[in-house]
Amino acid sequence: MAATTAPQAPGRPLPRLAGILNSEFCKLRSVRSTFWALLAAVAFNVVIAALLAIFLPRALSAHQRSTIDSTRVSLGGMHLSQVAVGLLGVLVITSEYSSGMIRASLAAVPQRRLMLAAKALVFAVTAIITGIVASFGAYLIFQALLPGSDAMATSLSDPGVLRAVTGAGLYLAVLGLLGLGLGAVIRFSAGAVAVLFGVLFVPSILITLLPQSWQDSIGPYLPMNAGETIYSVHHQAHTLQPWTGLGVFCLYAAAALVGGFLLIKRRDA
Amino acid sequence: MIEAAGLTKRYGGTLAVDGLSFTVPPGLVTGFLGPNGAGKSTTMRLILGLDAPSSGSVTVNGRLYADYRRPLFEVGALLEAKAFHGGRSARNHLQCLALSNGIGRDRVDKVLDLVGLASVARKRAGGFSLGMAQRLGIAAALLGDPPVLMLDEPVNGLDPEGVAWIRTLLKSLAAEGRTVFLSSHLMSEMSLTADRLIIIGRGRLIAQTTVKDFLAAGSGGFVRVRSPQAGALAALLSAQGTAVARQDADTLSITGVSTDAIGKLARVNGLTLAELSEHQATLEERYMELTRNSGDYQAAGGALAPARK
Repeated sequence: MAATTAPQAPGRPLPRLAGILNSEFCKLRSVRSTFWALLAAVAFNVVIAALLAIFLPRALSAHQRSTIDSTRVSLGGMHLSQVAVGLLGVLVITSEYSSGMIRASLAAVPQRRLMLAAKALVFAVTAIITGIVASFGAYLIFQALLPGSDAMATSLSDPGVLRAVTGAGLYLAVLGLLGLGLGAVIRFSAGAVAVLFGVLFVPSILITLLPQSWQDSIGPYLPMNAGETIYSVHHQAHTLQPWTGLGVFCLYAAAALVGGFLLIKRRDA
Repeated sequence: MIEAAGLTKRYGGTLAVDGLSFTVPPGLVTGFLGPNGAGKSTTMRLILGLDAPSSGSVTVNGRLYADYRRPLFEVGALLEAKAFHGGRSARNHLQCLALSNGIGRDRVDKVLDLVGLASVARKRAGGFSLGMAQRLGIAAALLGDPPVLMLDEPVNGLDPEGVAWIRTLLKSLAAEGRTVFLSSHLMSEMSLTADRLIIIGRGRLIAQTTVKDFLAAGSGGFVRVRSPQAGALAALLSAQGTAVARQDADTLSITGVSTDAIGKLARVNGLTLAELSEHQATLEERYMELTRNSGDYQAAGGALAPARK
């Protein structure tokens, strides 16, 4: 039984955690879909901001230009960017199930919640960086391409602008984590993607069927309505305050992730 | 060493593994046999903690698999051939697994070399043939240089050269004192590779024995005799109370008497023998004998062998 005394590395908690984080980062960066999704998230935001900066000033009246929430307008690519980040969040976990990699991953790290936590953390950091690059890229290119002294010109030092632009990046990351949580619960790519975008878009549509007073009281708490407040500078009626809204949006993501953490331990892989 | 005690796994109303107790000792190649649906793969998933047993337990070197902090140093497992993301290169796939257990990059290159994938290490694994995928899976199993290796159908999809390669590899790993546990549906392969056998059917243990004892205990052994005076020889043997079956005009198959005794009997009685040979049941025949009725997916009427994977 000489070989059975082979190297079981002594328990060194920190280096091991670093190894598991490294492993998850390796998984994330070694597939092309990650690259394309992140590129799309930035490109949608930046390209749409550039187009809006070029064409919008001609289309709007002087009054509209001076009253519009131009920061929010410059982030017009968010709806497309969030699809890219949301998809990536789902795929980060569901692709392991669809390929069978999850069995190899869990055989290497039997502490399933630790593996999922490392995956979520690595994804969150990547998504925050990408989100911030996308939102600042969009804001800056919009401002740069506006005709000189346009009424829509703002500065990051104006009230609420820095919060909105930073918040847009955070919103993308939280949305990606919502996707990751749903992916961990549902385990099938198509199903998880459908549920993610269903949760984001469908309630806002269905709520219009309810009486106005209900819309006003429930509407602000719907996932996307709540989350979007963080990247508006002008506060809309019947919406939450920006950080409260982002907080509510975080709760949805947290609920999905908690579901994933509970289930990954209990289910057969 | 792998030890299972009363291992049971129920999926809904189906008992996939039913009170299985066995030991896989170190230093030997142990074959895991059973018809399709007998519970081999489920048992292996239970060993790795991928599925939780409904009752009973299984330990690897005395501990539950889930209790290992760097399990790749304890158990190397190949469960299914294509357990990797097709978009990742072979090297990146191994690198991602290695990092989680603190295994260095040099070891990744070493196992790639060992399984003969060094030249395609940077290619997307999605384009690999089944044989290459098997080699990648074996490379992953060897990453931590573990004392226990567990392989589900490792020769599946390998060409004859690959089969010979893995046979040699597994034997040398066992000779180093490691525990080698492999399932296969290829009986002939098992008789060449395995020292011990664990045979299951419908989730239950049928036999746990050495290959040699397994064959010896079979009912299929007989002595074949061809002689121009077959009739006279048959009469002599029958008079002694020996079971003799006439295969054709000059050929007999005899059970319960050694070739030595038959040769002597023929000489004493002046009979000419054209052939005198001993026949042992093959592993395959013996296996079919034992697992008949225990396959889930057997052809109706039992006219065909149990369906193979």
